[in-house]
Amino acid sequence: MSLLEFQNVTLKFGGLTAVNDLSFAVEEGEVFAIVGPNGAGKSTVFNLISRFYDPFAGSIRFDGHDLLQVKPSGVAAYGVARTFQNIELFEHATVLQNLLVGRHRHRKTNLLSEVLFLPSARRQEVENREKVEEIIDFLDLQAYRDKMISGLPYGVRKVVEVARALATDPKLLLLDEPASGLSVEETTDMRWWIDDIRRQMGITVLMVEHDMGLVSGVSDRVLAMADGAMLALGTPAQVQSHPAVVEAYLGKAS
Amino acid sequence: MRIVFKTNYMQDIRPWKDGYQLGLYLALLAVVAAAPWWLDDFYLGELTNVLIWAIAGLGLMVLTGHTGQVSLGHAAFLAFGCYANVILLEAGVPFLIAFPLAGILTGIAGVTVAIPALRLHGIYLAIFTMALSILMDDVIVLAEPLTGGVGGKFIGGVDIFGLTIDRWGTPVQFFWLVLGVTVLVTLGYINLLRAPLGRSFIAVRDSEVSAQAMGVDIARTKMISFALSCAVTGWAGALMGMFSGAFNNETFSVVISIQLLMMIVIGGLGSIHGAFLGAIVIGFLPQFLSISKEYVGALFGGNTVAIPGLEFGIFGMILIAFILFEPMGMYGRWLKIRTWFELFPFYRKDMFKRQKSYLKTERLR
Repeated sequence: MSLLEFQNVTLKFGGLTAVNDLSFAVEEGEVFAIVGPNGAGKSTVFNLISRFYDPFAGSIRFDGHDLLQVKPSGVAAYGVARTFQNIELFEHATVLQNLLVGRHRHRKTNLLSEVLFLPSARRQEVENREKVEEIIDFLDLQAYRDKMISGLPYGVRKVVEVARALATDPKLLLLDEPASGLSVEETTDMRWWIDDIRRQMGITVLMVEHDMGLVSGVSDRVLAMADGAMLALGTPAQVQSHPAVVEAYLGKAS
Repeated sequence: MRIVFKTNYMQDIRPWKDGYQLGLYLALLAVVAAAPWWLDDFYLGELTNVLIWAIAGLGLMVLTGHTGQVSLGHAAFLAFGCYANVILLEAGVPFLIAFPLAGILTGIAGVTVAIPALRLHGIYLAIFTMALSILMDDVIVLAEPLTGGVGGKFIGGVDIFGLTIDRWGTPVQFFWLVLGVTVLVTLGYINLLRAPLGRSFIAVRDSEVSAQAMGVDIARTKMISFALSCAVTGWAGALMGMFSGAFNNETFSVVISIQLLMMIVIGGLGSIHGAFLGAIVIGFLPQFLSISKEYVGALFGGNTVAIPGLEFGIFGMILIAFILFEPMGMYGRWLKIRTWFELFPFYRKDMFKRQKSYLKTERLR
């Protein structure tokens, strides 16, 4: 059984078909990339998984659960974490606090024990910090640990967002354009990190990315989309040379 | 600059940075608790008033400062707490039960109000809550058998284990009662902010979309925030009633709501310090004005006529000045001053300048 399954998913905004009869499956332990021109529906696929939209038709299953039965805040509990294309961090909080919000799905204490800060709340905080420190170490964020997000450069924010997603201890990590706006070195760093996330942490990665260097460098399989529909699915090399993909990006040879 | 080397997690989890900081706050608490020995009864009363406003400010700070939900209707909850307290006391409930219960009932009322307000954002929520504040006036008049209507209600002293606490009879005891409530509420607030719930409030304030993706239930979180905020405000209202001794439908007008919101903006949104600093401004401004009016009058040999609306005028000007020059409030200004001294001579002018926000993810609804 695949980790994530899309079956004939269709989503329409009024007259516009954003996702058209899309079916694909992400296997456990792989890095799966979605590519396509602007407006192809890549981010919409992510937002469907996050349950921000209800599909018109079709089914989305994750790890044996029907995702469509879950409310948006319940998706994280199954082990799906994500980043956003335009960075959605908690601006007026420190890096550490942002990461600790990622631990929210593991919260076991209730209002009363937190307001009184009972030993159970204390223990939970220590546990959360152990996990978060591991991730700070992993992504080299020590220097920014207690810095406010609002004062951080763009490149660091991108990494913090990945860190926050990892803090939730996910099975599936959704990366929405992890390399957009990053310098060449930062992109290289990101590439190794994605590789390590899969190898060391055993987390399946689903990413949307335009940088073909990054895509062919880390991903096992690539899905190419255009106008909400699937164009090609296969290894990076297969997809890059697929005639329909070439046509979608460059137009038809006359 | 003091640099704290952290060697274990508890150093990060405990609310104070190091022994020095803890010592400072304990010293401040000791000085305030000793106020009856270094202040006369009039100023002790003023200080009590400031503390009550600070509690109300803490209540609103939870909702507006930390969860990002603007409320212009908190006077309604002050009134609710005040009347609940008095009605329970009149029914013969002992103060030690009536007072906590008044806050809890206000919290429940807050949740009831929050349910329809959950879908409202920004200015619409402000208008909704403001309407609530205006409505409360009429509700109090209409519920005359319970509230005494326009005639209002009176409250005398209360008993705690045989100890009479009365604003006029035993102002010192009343001061300590208020101080005790202030300390408890503040400690609870500090605990909340270092626990998952407090962080989820901040998450909802800064980005609902990603809070949701992290598994934070937006509606639930907002509701809990409303409940906590209203409960604390209810306690402040109960103390306010005991402080003034008499109140009616006009005591907790919408003006109080606006004043409360202005107070936490001036103090600094999103910080516990802000509620206290704002309360000091609100509490002492009338005194400061009347003293300076006498002084100015004496200087020019004129008589000291009361100028109508002077207080609100000055207050409004202070607010405008803050929004223009220091949107982070008094606490934000203090942080800057402190950083200047800590880093001297390396402070840069743009250190606290907020970077322009990058494009936000399109709001999904």
